[in-house]
Amino acid sequence: MRFVDEFRDADKAHALAAKIAALCEPGRQYKLMEVCGGHTHTIYKHGLEDYLPESVTLVHGPGCPVCVIPMGRVDDAIHLASQPDVIMTSFGDMMRVPGSDGSFFDANAEGTSIRMVYSPLDSLKIARQNPDKQVVFMAIGFETTAPSTAMTMLRAAAEGLGNFSVFCNHVTIVPAIKAILDSPDLRLDGFIGPGHVSTVIGCRPYEFIARDYGKPVVVAGFEPLDILQSIYMLMVQLSESRAEVENQYSRVVPWDGNLVALKAIGETMELRPYFEWRGLGFISHSALRVREKYAAMDAERLFQVPGVRVADPKACQCGEVLKGVLKPWECKVFGTACTPETPIGTCMVSPEGACAAYYNFGRMNRTRVAEASGMSRS
Amino acid sequence: MCLGIPGEVIELHPEQPDLAKVDVSGVRRMINIGLLSDDPPVPGEWVLIHVGFALSKIDESEAAAAMQFLEGIGKAYDDEIAALRASMIE
Repeated sequence: MRFVDEFRDADKAHALAAKIAALCEPGRQYKLMEVCGGHTHTIYKHGLEDYLPESVTLVHGPGCPVCVIPMGRVDDAIHLASQPDVIMTSFGDMMRVPGSDGSFFDANAEGTSIRMVYSPLDSLKIARQNPDKQVVFMAIGFETTAPSTAMTMLRAAAEGLGNFSVFCNHVTIVPAIKAILDSPDLRLDGFIGPGHVSTVIGCRPYEFIARDYGKPVVVAGFEPLDILQSIYMLMVQLSESRAEVENQYSRVVPWDGNLVALKAIGETMELRPYFEWRGLGFISHSALRVREKYAAMDAERLFQVPGVRVADPKACQCGEVLKGVLKPWECKVFGTACTPETPIGTCMVSPEGACAAYYNFGRMNRTRVAEASGMSRS
Repeated sequence: MCLGIPGEVIELHPEQPDLAKVDVSGVRRMINIGLLSDDPPVPGEWVLIHVGFALSKIDESEAAAAMQFLEGIGKAYDDEIAALRASMIE
């Protein structure tokens, strides 16, 4: 495979691939879920599936914060942004996510003000510069991003800034993993645990997966060798009939996480009774809202939010892709009606979305594999 | 926004202890280091940055490996650097 040579540690990758293959029991199928969209991106970019024996399948999980936002919340955000004297701010990744009547970009074209920011702290500066406007930050993301929102709220409170608020859509990864484990659709053998989320929450929250469900978890880094090493560590556990939480990414992820970050989240936010996830439906205690103490910074308290539930377009199968039931290319509209330029579903919008990653890289690798095998025959 | 990008701490903000200037691929911007207040980084140390906040300290070799990886992923990293360049944290 020619593309293998493109990354610097091809020899090490082949050695790991051989060790993984050696651990496969004849006749047994292995399904491993990479929870994090960043991992999905690496897997397709480097064609890692082509290193694995046919009996080992990687299943892409729900860990793409843009992908799991349901259409109704996009509509709610556009409604908030269209209120008089409101400036909404958002990460760039959200700008093209389709709501039922268009994306943030479409809303801006019609005169709404949704500004792209790199950090929630940039929203604070916009708030300081526009004291006569209410600046609402569209907060999305898992536990990786929630501390940034929390710290920004604490900063705004310390400054006494009265015109900054948060439309909170932060989600938590563990309930989503549990929902997948409880789903009858999918039987998984183990999990490649998310890297950056774990820098915040640590490794302990995954212990129930090993203890209650008997599945191994390996928290992994983002480079190709990290992921192959993590798959190898999972396969070793499976071959020894062990189920434990292991940390392949200990050079960045502390076992106990970041206590300052967890404290900041706990100070400003609390679990919602339930939250709708695209594709996964309503999951209890799976998202965060602003605490009463910070009500003055809660856009959902400051404004009337429609909160209308909007069904995904019928053609879109993001739900099945997010649950790992369908591979991106098995969706009916993949690469035809739905492309990164004109996405129908969220999985095609974010670079971490499985569909966008496969659209951008996966087919390239497949072509190269075909080319390489053609070359070897000639 | 999902990327964690390595940056070298250049200087601490003289008045605000939770801010520091970092260098990411030649782009120098202010970030918040408040999440590392248990063990604050000093100039010359490397941190993993996510949406304007240092999430964890990393060593230089990890930073170099992460940077090489990120530069290889193309557009997503270019977009992240462009966003950082437009950032105005203070």
